[in-house]
Amino acid sequence: MNTYQARSTALQRFLRAAPVRAIILVICTIWTLPTAGMLVSSFRSANNIRSSGWWTGLVHPFEATQWTIENYSTVLTADGMANAFINSLIITIPSTVIPITIAAFAAYAFAWMKFPGRDLLFIIVVALLVVPLQMALIPIFRLYNDIELGGTFLGTWLAHTGFGLPLAIYLLYNYIAQLPRELFESVFIDGASHFTAFRRLVLPLSIPAIASFAIFQFLWVWNDLLVALVFLGTAPDVAIVTSRLSAMIGTKGEAWHLLTAGAFITMVVPLIVFFALQRYFVRGLLAGSVKG
Amino acid sequence: MAQLDQAPGSGSGFNPLEWLGSQLGRLVVSVLVPGVLFVVLWQGFIFLRDSEAPQYLIAIIAIVWGVGGAAALYFVSNWIIERLGPEWTRRLQPFVFVGPAMAILAWYLAIPTLRTLWLSFFDRTSDNFIFLDNYIDIFTDPNLIVVFRNNLLWIVFGASLSVILGLLIAVLADRSRYESLAKSLIFLPMAISFVGAGVIWNFIYEVKDISAPQIGLLNAIWVGLGGEPQAWTALLQPWNNLFLIIIVVWLQTGYAMVLFSAAIKGIPGDLIEAARVDGATEVQIFFRIMIPYIWGTIITVATTIVIFTLKIFDIVLVMTGGRFGTEVIATAFYRQNFTNRNFGLGSAIAIVLLLLVVPVMIYNLRKFGEEEAFE
Repeated sequence: MNTYQARSTALQRFLRAAPVRAIILVICTIWTLPTAGMLVSSFRSANNIRSSGWWTGLVHPFEATQWTIENYSTVLTADGMANAFINSLIITIPSTVIPITIAAFAAYAFAWMKFPGRDLLFIIVVALLVVPLQMALIPIFRLYNDIELGGTFLGTWLAHTGFGLPLAIYLLYNYIAQLPRELFESVFIDGASHFTAFRRLVLPLSIPAIASFAIFQFLWVWNDLLVALVFLGTAPDVAIVTSRLSAMIGTKGEAWHLLTAGAFITMVVPLIVFFALQRYFVRGLLAGSVKG
Repeated sequence: MAQLDQAPGSGSGFNPLEWLGSQLGRLVVSVLVPGVLFVVLWQGFIFLRDSEAPQYLIAIIAIVWGVGGAAALYFVSNWIIERLGPEWTRRLQPFVFVGPAMAILAWYLAIPTLRTLWLSFFDRTSDNFIFLDNYIDIFTDPNLIVVFRNNLLWIVFGASLSVILGLLIAVLADRSRYESLAKSLIFLPMAISFVGAGVIWNFIYEVKDISAPQIGLLNAIWVGLGGEPQAWTALLQPWNNLFLIIIVVWLQTGYAMVLFSAAIKGIPGDLIEAARVDGATEVQIFFRIMIPYIWGTIITVATTIVIFTLKIFDIVLVMTGGRFGTEVIATAFYRQNFTNRNFGLGSAIAIVLLLLVVPVMIYNLRKFGEEEAFE
């Protein structure tokens, strides 16, 4: 932070900062309006939404009759959003934890174990960072049909794991490789195995890196539509929030009271994760590249 | 065989029976433990596939099964390896650690890439080898040429707008007292799904007849200024693409901003102070000092956003479904495979997408090489 910059008088500073502040204010307003409009609309009745802009609802904000939560109850029950919400959790949690487990072991091996082919394998991992997941969709889709993994949770977890692994290994390797060597030496002298060192030493120390990747992967999987459409399908018992919402857009494009409420339901979890763990998220972004 | 050298007990002499017994016991346990694990995991899979249990119960079991299963596989395979004696443990353990990752990467990325390449040389049903015909189609079919034009628009406008706006906001916010609040607000769309963003922006672009009140923000402003209501995402091709591009700029400017902001804070304060003392204006400082100093970050952000923009999919699917001349590479790929069932052409499109990304891949590899050399 540039806290130590030379300081002028308060008034001068205020005048100099005024145009900057105005620009920031304008940009922030533009950036926030779309979400705000959706949020306000989701609490208005179907008739109100159809007949007037959402901003008119803000003219008399305390007129309680114009606000309703009926949109939410309809979307959650009749449109199956409540089920989809649970399905999203079933997909997202393992799809976040499994790649972290697998990547942490691999990153440890790349960083602290000697084995033939180490460099070559690591270069392959880095190269796979930028392979678009579209490459894999048809072959995996066919394979899933043959071995009946299509439309199952396991199949979708594994797909997300596969597509998330290059970034996970890369980020965790960068972190684990720079842990001080002396730590490991002292543990190995005490007769610990690699497995023990990994579990007792590396995992606890790597929490910051793991957390930042976890947020990344969590948001990615929760917000994903393509992988879910292809591998999980849209059957009501497995559909997740994004595929439910996209189906609603297709079938009831004009029913804004339901669409806005549905959209907000899909956003609740990511927004909570985002605000609670923003710092780790930023750290993860800074740690390297971005998902391929 | 490796167990032989550690098998004989100390002093009491070698007793084949005892040895066999202990080895047999070990063997039984070594087979039993993974066997039990396998059965448990398999039963879990069957349960999850066929069960009619209440959904919350399935959710809990699925999560425990998936998360626990992955960890248990490592524990058990490591446990087996460690019973083979130190020599074999040392040799095999790295592969226990790295093997699952490699297997999954091969299965989900490496081999599929090769298979997609192979399929792209065949016709729509993958029966007849037609070599490059699919690729010739891609570059001659007028519908598909539109696709590449659109992706070019996405890169030219989407990527550059995100980078420029991100840089501008990062520089301005760096001088503001409300920096963290402003940055949070601009960063927030990063957490929103494309489908959610699609709803939000469809609502902004909503068009009503001129006689009715406009409920879409953009048309309300436009009509307020005296214009006719417009269907923004359908009219005026190819410029309707810009209205889709704006959405992605809205989504990813925050990403660029955060990275630039961190880079700007890394510029030594002395450097900027010295320039000010020498009479440089703020604009000069921006172009002559800041930009060169954070050039590396600018390149990284730009390449990331370009790759991302090349692969853009959800927004187009949700907003227009690829109609009105807005199809892009990823949606064309999806349509060929899953609507038209033309696997040959679909695969070829995916390969073209990969080829477009290769320059960036080489760049990434070179960066990795530099980091290795440092160690």
